[in-house]
Amino acid sequence: MQLIVDAIITGVLSGGIYVLMALGLTLIFGVMDIINVGQGALVILGAYLSYLLQQHFHIGLFVGLLITMPVMFALGVGLEVAFVRPIRWERTTLSILVTFAIALLIQGALSLGFSTNLVQMHAWYVDSSLKIGSFYLAWVYIFDFILSVVLVAGLYLLLNRTKFGAGLRASMQNRTAAELVGIDVERISAITFGIGVALAAAGGMAYGATSAFNPNSQYDLISRLLVIIILGGMGSLRGAVVAGLAMLVIEDVTSVVWSPVWASTVFYMLLVVVLVFRPQGLFGQLAGRRQ
Amino acid sequence: MSLLQATGVRKAFGGVVALEGCSISVEAGSLTGLIGPNGSGKTTLFNVMTGYESVDAGDVVFAGQRITNATPDRVFQLGIGRTFQLTRIFPRLTVLENMHVAAQRQGLAALFGRWSSSKEHARALELLDFVGLTKLSDVPARNLSYGQKKLLEFAYVLVAEPSVILLDEPAGGVNPTMIRYLTERIRALNERGVTFLMVEHNMEFVMGLCDRVVVMNHGVTIADGDPESVRSDPRVLEAYLGA
Amino acid sequence: MRVWRAVVLIALLALAALFPVLFPNPAVDTVAVLTLLFASAVTAWNAFSGYSGYISIGHAAYFGIGSYAVAIMCQDWHVPGGWLPFLLLPLAGLIAVVFAIPMGWVALRTRRHTFVIVTIAMFFIMQLMAFNLRSVTNGSRGMSLPIPVNWGGAFYDIPFYYVGLAVLLLALTVSWWIRNSKYGLGLLAIRDDEDRARGLGVRTGPFKLTAFVIAAFFFGMVGGLHAYYVESIFPPFAFDPLIDLMVALMAFLGGLGTLAGPVLGAVILVPAQQYFTIWFGKPGYYLMIYGAMFLAIILLLPQGIIPALRARFMRSEALAGPLRRGGDEAMGGAALAGDGEGEGGGGV
Repeated sequence: MQLIVDAIITGVLSGGIYVLMALGLTLIFGVMDIINVGQGALVILGAYLSYLLQQHFHIGLFVGLLITMPVMFALGVGLEVAFVRPIRWERTTLSILVTFAIALLIQGALSLGFSTNLVQMHAWYVDSSLKIGSFYLAWVYIFDFILSVVLVAGLYLLLNRTKFGAGLRASMQNRTAAELVGIDVERISAITFGIGVALAAAGGMAYGATSAFNPNSQYDLISRLLVIIILGGMGSLRGAVVAGLAMLVIEDVTSVVWSPVWASTVFYMLLVVVLVFRPQGLFGQLAGRRQ
Repeated sequence: MSLLQATGVRKAFGGVVALEGCSISVEAGSLTGLIGPNGSGKTTLFNVMTGYESVDAGDVVFAGQRITNATPDRVFQLGIGRTFQLTRIFPRLTVLENMHVAAQRQGLAALFGRWSSSKEHARALELLDFVGLTKLSDVPARNLSYGQKKLLEFAYVLVAEPSVILLDEPAGGVNPTMIRYLTERIRALNERGVTFLMVEHNMEFVMGLCDRVVVMNHGVTIADGDPESVRSDPRVLEAYLGA
Repeated sequence: MRVWRAVVLIALLALAALFPVLFPNPAVDTVAVLTLLFASAVTAWNAFSGYSGYISIGHAAYFGIGSYAVAIMCQDWHVPGGWLPFLLLPLAGLIAVVFAIPMGWVALRTRRHTFVIVTIAMFFIMQLMAFNLRSVTNGSRGMSLPIPVNWGGAFYDIPFYYVGLAVLLLALTVSWWIRNSKYGLGLLAIRDDEDRARGLGVRTGPFKLTAFVIAAFFFGMVGGLHAYYVESIFPPFAFDPLIDLMVALMAFLGGLGTLAGPVLGAVILVPAQQYFTIWFGKPGYYLMIYGAMFLAIILLLPQGIIPALRARFMRSEALAGPLRRGGDEAMGGAALAGDGEGEGGGGV
C-alpha cells in the first residue's frame, strides 16, 4: 500500500515534467494544426544544452534555463519559418514528415557531438533525497515540479492576460476569422512554435535531471508525449495537464502493482482503450460530421 | 399528403439553441421554400432532417416512417437527396467520376466491376446532359466554376432518383442566367413528381418558383402559406426587419 | 500511344526479370532485393493511405508481425532453410491481417492527425510486446531464421530477388485493380470528402478497413521475406520506426495516389539509403543526411515526381508512357480521359 502511495507521488511529480513537454506540443497543434513530431528530439537537445552549460561553464541547471530557453525559443521560430511555413499542400502529413526530419537532424547532430553514451546530469538536488515517511524522493523531483507549476502558470497568464495571448487563443479557435480581424496569424504561429520549443528546453532540463538519456531517447519521449496529447484531447491545454499527470501516475502504479516491464505497454494500451470509447480524447472536440 | 415532416424538433449546440419546438411539413409533389433571417436555424433543420445532426427532442418522419437521428447514408437510401450551401463535390475526381460515386450498386459483386455498368454510365451522361455539363465530363471537379459545381452537385444527387430533394441555397452566389436555368431544371423535375424543399435568401427565386413558403425565425416556424400571403404577413416583415 | 505504353512496360518487366543475370554483383543484388521489398510495401501502403487519404505511420507494425510470424513458424515447425520458408509468406501475411482487423477498426474511428498518432501508438505497442513477450519472441535477444546452406555466396540473392519480384507484381496488380474498380472510386471519394461519400451511400467503414488490412497483408509478407533474408531479427529492427517513415517518404516522393509513384520512390530512395549507410557509416552522419534528404524532398517536391512529370506531359500532347497511369493530382484524371475509351468507366 505504501508502495502505491509512493508510486502516486512519484507519478504526479514526474507527470509534471511530462506536462511541460506536452504543453508545447499541444499548443503548437492548437494554433498551427500541425503535430511537431520533433518535440522529443528538441527536449533532448534542451537536456544536452543544460548538460553542456553545467559541465563546461559550471552554470547551474535551473539558472542555465535563462540561457537555454531563449536560445531554443529563437531556434523554434527559425525552424517554423524555414521549414514549416513553406508547406502549403497536405499540411497534416507533410508537417509530420518535416518535423520528423528535423528530429533526425537533431538526433544525428547530437550523436556526433556527444556520442550515444547515456548521460546523466548531477547536482546536489539530483544526488540527495528528501525522506517522506519510509520513502526517499530526490529533491530534484520537487524542484522540477515547482518549475512546471511556475511555467504552466506563466503560460496561463500569457494566454489569458496579454494581448498576444488573446490573439493566440483566437487563432486556435478560428484561424481564418482571426486573420480577418487583423491578427497576424503567421507571426503568432512562429512565436507559438518558439514557445513550444522553449518549453521543450525546460522540459529537457527537468527530464535530464531525473533520467539518464542519449540521443535515441527521443523516440520513447515523443511516443509518450503523443499519447498524452491525444488522451487529453489535441489542442486542449487543460487536457495535456490532466493526461500528463494521469498517465504517469498510472504507469508508476502499474509498475509497482504489476511489473515495470508492462508499465510502459499499459501507457499505449490505455490510449487505444480510451479511443474506442471516446475518439476525441478527454477534453478534445469530435471532428463532427462536416457541414 | 405530407411526405416529409419534422415535429417539435429541438437542437442545441452547447448553450446556443438552434431549433426550439420546430415543425415543418412538406407535401408530396410540392415546391416548398424555407426562408428566414440568418441564424434562424434553417440549415440546422436541414441537417437534422437529413441525418447530419442528431436531435435533442422531436421527430422526423418520412413517408410515414420515423427517421429521427438516422445516419446520412440511411436517409440517402430512403430516397432523400440533399445539397449543401458550400457545394460538396469531390474536387480531385473528374465530373464524370463524381457522378459514378453516387451510383452505388448493391452487393459484393458491385465492388469488383469497373467503375460502372453501361446502364449507370448512360444514366450519368443523361444527367450531366440534363444540367448541361456533358462537355466538362473529364475535368477535375475542383476546376469548375462555382455555378458549375452547384449543377454537378445537383446532378449527382439525382443519380439515386430521390423522391424528395432538399436544396440548401441553390441560387446562392450564382448569376441570373444560371438561376433561370436552375429554376427550369427544378420545375422540370417537379413535373416528373420530385418534391423539393429549398432554403433560399433570394426572394425573387423563392417567390417565383415555390408554391408554398415556410418562414423561420429563432428556431421556430412563424409563418406558412403561399408566397403572396407570406410576403405580406406582418410577423415575417418583423422577423426580417426587427432582427 | 497505347502501343508505346505497352512497349515500355514490357521492357521494364524484361529488365526486372533479367536483372540478377545482367548484374550478378552481390552488393548490387542485395540493394535490388531490398528495393523490391520496399517497393512492394510502398505500393501496398499507397493502396490504403494514398487512395483513402488516411495516412498511416504505423504499418511497420505489420512488417514486424510478419517477421516474427515467419521466425516463430520456422522455429516451431522445424522448417529447414531453402525454398520452404517462402511458402510461409502468405501465412505471415494472414497473421498480420488477424492483428490488423481489430487494430484497424479501432484506429479508423479517428480521423486525420489523431489517426496518424494512433497508428504510431499501435506500432509502439507491438514493438513493446516484441520486447516483453519473451516466451514467444525471445525478447531482446531476438530470433534467428533457418539458413539455406545450399545457397552459396553469389547465388543467395537470386531466390529472394524473384520471390520479391513476385510479391511486388502481386502488390501492383492489387493496387491497379483497386484503382480501377468501384471500390477504389469509393476510396478516392472518401479521401476527398468522407462524410459526403457516406451520405451518397459509400460504405466508408468497411471500405477503409479493407484497404487497411490489404496493406497490412503485404507488409506482413514483406516483413517475413525480409526476416528470412537477413537471417535474424530483433525487436528494434523488426519494429523499426524508420521503416514507416521511409515508406511514407518514398510514396510522397514518387507521387501519392499514383501507381508508378511508389515503385519510383523506392527505386530512388532504397539505393540512396544503402549508399549513405555504407559511405557515412557513423550513425550520426547518416541520420543527419536522412533528415536533410527528407526535408529537401518535402520542401522541393511536395507533390511527388509522377504528378509533376505528368503536368509537364499534359501540357505538351506528348506520350508519357506508363507514367500516365493511375491518374490523380494532375489535370485531367488519366484513368477516364485520354487513355482511350473503355478503360475505367466507358461503355460496354
